[in-house]
Amino acid sequence: MKVAVLKGGRSLERGVSLRSGARVEDALERLGHEVVPVDAGPDLVGRLRAERPEVAFVALHGVGGEDGTAQELLELLDIPFTGPGVAACVRCMDKVLAKHAMREAGLPTPDWFAFGQTAFRELGAAEALGELEGRLGFPLVVKPSRGGSSLGVKFAAKDREVPGALVAAFSYDDRVLLERHVEGRELAVSVLGDEALPIVEAIPVSGDRYDFEARYEIGRTRFACPAELGEDERRAVTEVALGAYRALGCSGFARVDLILAADGPQVLEANAIPGLTDTSLLPQAAEVAGLSFERLVERILDLAMPARDS
Amino acid sequence: MSEVPPPPHRRRAHTSARDLERYAALFAERTGVMRSSAMRDLMAITASPEVISLAGGLPDTSTFPPQSFAAQMTRIAQESAAEALQYGPTEGFEETRDCILQVMGAEGMLPDPHDIIVTTGGQQGIDLICKTLVDPGDVVICEAPTYPGAVPVFCSYQADVVQVECDEDGMRVGELEGLLERLKAESRRVKFIYSVPTFQNPAGVTMSLSRRQHLVELARRHELLIVEDNPYGLLRYGGEPMPPLYQLDGGDFVIYVGTLSKILSPGIRLGWTVAPPPVMEKIVLGKQAADLCTSTLTQYFVREYFREGRWQHYIDDLVEIYRRRRDAMLEALREHFPAAATWTEPEGGLFIWATLPEYIDTSDLLAKALRADVAFVPGEAAYVDGRGGSSMRLNFSGVSEAEIREGVRRIGNVIAEQVELYEALTGEQQVAGRPAAAVEPVDDANVVPFRKAAEGGA
Repeated sequence: MKVAVLKGGRSLERGVSLRSGARVEDALERLGHEVVPVDAGPDLVGRLRAERPEVAFVALHGVGGEDGTAQELLELLDIPFTGPGVAACVRCMDKVLAKHAMREAGLPTPDWFAFGQTAFRELGAAEALGELEGRLGFPLVVKPSRGGSSLGVKFAAKDREVPGALVAAFSYDDRVLLERHVEGRELAVSVLGDEALPIVEAIPVSGDRYDFEARYEIGRTRFACPAELGEDERRAVTEVALGAYRALGCSGFARVDLILAADGPQVLEANAIPGLTDTSLLPQAAEVAGLSFERLVERILDLAMPARDS
Repeated sequence: MSEVPPPPHRRRAHTSARDLERYAALFAERTGVMRSSAMRDLMAITASPEVISLAGGLPDTSTFPPQSFAAQMTRIAQESAAEALQYGPTEGFEETRDCILQVMGAEGMLPDPHDIIVTTGGQQGIDLICKTLVDPGDVVICEAPTYPGAVPVFCSYQADVVQVECDEDGMRVGELEGLLERLKAESRRVKFIYSVPTFQNPAGVTMSLSRRQHLVELARRHELLIVEDNPYGLLRYGGEPMPPLYQLDGGDFVIYVGTLSKILSPGIRLGWTVAPPPVMEKIVLGKQAADLCTSTLTQYFVREYFREGRWQHYIDDLVEIYRRRRDAMLEALREHFPAAATWTEPEGGLFIWATLPEYIDTSDLLAKALRADVAFVPGEAAYVDGRGGSSMRLNFSGVSEAEIREGVRRIGNVIAEQVELYEALTGEQQVAGRPAAAVEPVDDANVVPFRKAAEGGA
């Protein structure tokens, strides 16, 4: 099969995406497919038109590739593609949309308030920041609404630290959320098709929990898979993760990140196109489930084909 | 059937996260501190053609006349192909060292040619010095901020890196003196003090004469070595030349690292190290183990280039070009950066160091700047302890004056947005700061450092 691998792009996660893409290309070649590597740029549509791939493997991360933009183009060009469709990408990429969707579906996610820049520039929202302590408590987490990695995510331990954290988060997006900090174990549930893969636990070896660098490096965070969980815990986490996957309209695959707090799991976010690098969590979980990287890639490809052929 | 199949272009066999974990068990301890950074991932975007990158440290090699390059390489091919393609001595050819003597002589230094080793770039010099001197846990002292490319070298030898604050007059040697006493009292072993005293990377500042004398005197008193890294000394656009530490000390306690990267070409990878004979003996052994010798072809090219006798004229040309670019950047900074920002006004070199209000994190700012198609180096890269978060390094040598003006304008815009937002968030008008240039440094006590001095030296 002729497969275009979409990677790179201009997002802040370009580097990671190139690694994901290269690894997928390797696997596809070993599987005997004809691979067309495409660094997503101004010539994306031209390349796809010229190459006419039977399917596109989307290995783009971050804004532009994971937010439904590339997917919309692929639909327009009538090229089937891997991973979730446009609507799910839009929802997953935007944490505020995702949290509303999850809350409406009755799924647990930490309390939050979200603001656009205009709220502060034009509506005097700054004066309301004093209410945060009562509503969310400190420390709280400040995040850009859209962004696939932990870039721009900051902890604010007291109210003095909130403005700086907001300025940082607004560097990445025009909308940010202030979220209650939930203490607990960090878990990731990768979903393939409609099945949950074994749960991965991220155990920080040292340093900050929200450290962008730690995510991509061996030795900074230890990953345990399957996570050591009691049967009830495992069931509760899996159920909530699958619930989030469905509530966001995901298909193909996705990764749901949760915190397992004392009173149960809370969903932080879902990633429509999780990393596929050597150190990424989805491939690790698949391997524990007995799926080699090739078979994982093949399965993702299979899932892309029939669903979108109509 | 007789056709030879093309080699597969990807040879890497399947590696999984588990395989990596398996390799990880074999990694040496020192690799734990060798790491790629998030910044490097961000830097992946700066390579796009539409991005104006003030993040590089590149000299403008487009100014080198291609005809001259062609003529020299042709002469080598015709007259000495066999020798130029052969191995050479580990210390480098004597002819190369003669060229180096000319370069050092231009700054008033007269080393014994036997104290010189030709290295693969100045960077290898730093590596070989660490290899020779540093045991795990030994203290290496450097400036704050320091050359970002030196930090990984120190770390890969598991040095305990301690930084001493810089101001407009370079490293605050008064603070260094106190630090040395403190380290001695704590029985921590200092091996050397690394400094870029002239047109420092990244800060652009130059160490004053009195501090140079003080520094050299301290090294003597404590019997410590100074590693003087001087890539930019000949790229002076204003002010009076300053004697190198090597010259002041006479070479007893100063190891000198030089390079042709900024005055000829970084692509030829030709640098050198000058060290006292006992140290040099070990450095030569280290070089032998590392790569046997510096590229012979490169050394032949350098020999031909110097024979032409135009090397100083070429530097004069570069100085003219870079001076105009520096001036363009300073002017653009005055026009587009907020009143609360400060920056250095370098008399030479390739960099300006700008510091923004403390609440701005320049790593986050870079993400925003990249959306506006402009890049710089966030200050954090120049510190080992997470400081420098609101500073940035700006390069003016590798881009045109028009690009400099446009790049600085774009950065100014994203800063202005952040300042405005912060003011909306806090309801405060930020007090207008004064540009660094307005500060007239008198002595250590009156000097305003780039940032508030941190508690202690470490």
